[in-house]
Amino acid sequence: MINIYEVNETNQMIEQENLDVRTITMGISLLGCADQDLGRLCDSIYDRITTQARDLVSVGEQIEKDYGVPIVNKRISVTPISLIAGSCARSIEDYVRIAKTLDRAAEAVGVNYIGGFSAIVSKGMTEADELLMRSLPYALPATNCMCSSVNVGSTKTGINMDAVRLMGEIIVETARNTKDGDFPHCAKLVVFCNAPDDNPFMAGAFHGVSEPDAVINVGVSGPGVVKTALESCRGESFEVLCETVKKTAFKITRVGQLVAKEASERLGVPFGIIDLSLAPTPAIGDSVADILELMGLESTGAPGTTAALALLNDQVKKGGIMASSYVGGLSGAFIPVSEDQGMIDAVQRGSLSLEKLEAMTCVCSVGLDMIAIPGDTPASTISGIIADEAAIGMINQKTTAVRLIPAVGKKVGDRVEFGGLFGYAPVMPVNSFSCEGFINRKGRIPAPIHSFKN
Amino acid sequence: MNRVIITVVGKDTVGIIAGICTYLAEHNINILDISQTILQGIFNMMMIVDISGADISFDTLSDGLETVGTEKSVTIKCQREEIFTSMHRI
Repeated sequence: MINIYEVNETNQMIEQENLDVRTITMGISLLGCADQDLGRLCDSIYDRITTQARDLVSVGEQIEKDYGVPIVNKRISVTPISLIAGSCARSIEDYVRIAKTLDRAAEAVGVNYIGGFSAIVSKGMTEADELLMRSLPYALPATNCMCSSVNVGSTKTGINMDAVRLMGEIIVETARNTKDGDFPHCAKLVVFCNAPDDNPFMAGAFHGVSEPDAVINVGVSGPGVVKTALESCRGESFEVLCETVKKTAFKITRVGQLVAKEASERLGVPFGIIDLSLAPTPAIGDSVADILELMGLESTGAPGTTAALALLNDQVKKGGIMASSYVGGLSGAFIPVSEDQGMIDAVQRGSLSLEKLEAMTCVCSVGLDMIAIPGDTPASTISGIIADEAAIGMINQKTTAVRLIPAVGKKVGDRVEFGGLFGYAPVMPVNSFSCEGFINRKGRIPAPIHSFKN
Repeated sequence: MNRVIITVVGKDTVGIIAGICTYLAEHNINILDISQTILQGIFNMMMIVDISGADISFDTLSDGLETVGTEKSVTIKCQREEIFTSMHRI
């Protein structure tokens, strides 16, 4: 039988170390909604989402109550909209109307976010893909909880540089369309390479075409729990360090697995995957940077940071894999700047640069996430940053992503406020040398060779 | 068997366990195990109970014990056992 020490350990994780289940995300296929009439398409998207996800929030809340563990977000991901809208959406306005429909459906069922206003353009863009992308500077400001993603490359196809160039321009335009005091709309837009079909985390969640009609994916969290565990192994060997991370990741993931199984049974929707991610929050101590510093770095970004992060990421996966029957999504450690107080401090201390963050993305999940850059950064430079990240993903057969927030009217050192779980971000300097000649070339970077690994 | 873990944390006073046990008995809830410890000077108790014969739902039990806790100035929490077995048992 369970003993009092085990009960206290679990409850201390929840009450003092910010253990939570970050999200239950229901993936919903909208492939059956395709229609030649825009009005009918919007109606059937709304009906499909509000019927399938009707009980998602109430079931999530009951699970929270039953087990005493917070489930921070309930979310929905849908089929990439460019796949189902091509038959009837002919203009930017048509896409904005679909975006508003998604937003309305999400608000009706009470979820925090809906993702899937997306286009998969890793080799080429259809007319529908391009229209969706061009609608983003209008669709994002017109909606509250809708998130968008564009996949511009993959290991199998190479990188679509025409899409990379376009996304640089779209990010700049979206930033310009963000009014003063608004939540920065660029935070709801992510550019991927090798985007997974089953990611439960925003802004990049969409319900891929390889998925069933509906599915439950769960994202776990818990940097604070790992940090507390590591406090007991200061000065210990790497073996002790790795074992501690692994055991802690196992425990965290088991909670996610329980919640996923329960949600799947109660909603009558198949269980998809657990995303084994250490997702930080602005709460003090719930930080990936703090974990790296506990390992022995004076400040995140110091030499040794990439190795420490690689170790952390790998041990989280090793511990988590055994705790869950199915693992997928982004799985790894997230290193957003804004959502992690330790990262913000490192930037402000001058120890962490954009270039070091780029190196860190080679060994952990996702990529350059929630980074505020000066508002006057040229579109071609943003495209260059996207191309660099996509190249890391393409060559290393991993998911990478870019979520940059150009802060219009702000300069290096200023702050961009997001509020809530997103925190704030200091505006970081960007290399000012131009890459325009490279970005303005047409076409795509070919798929890489899969031999001669060096 | 439908097991629930009840935890009580707070300043030790007379009648905490009596208050909880009376409430449980009134609703036909069987106590399987009780253990307690003092952690950093704070009273800490855990009960494992079986609610399969209970005349109230889990939610009512949870809210009811919260009220008992408020009266005694302690925090009482109810959780289904699976969260602990998932985390601590392979």
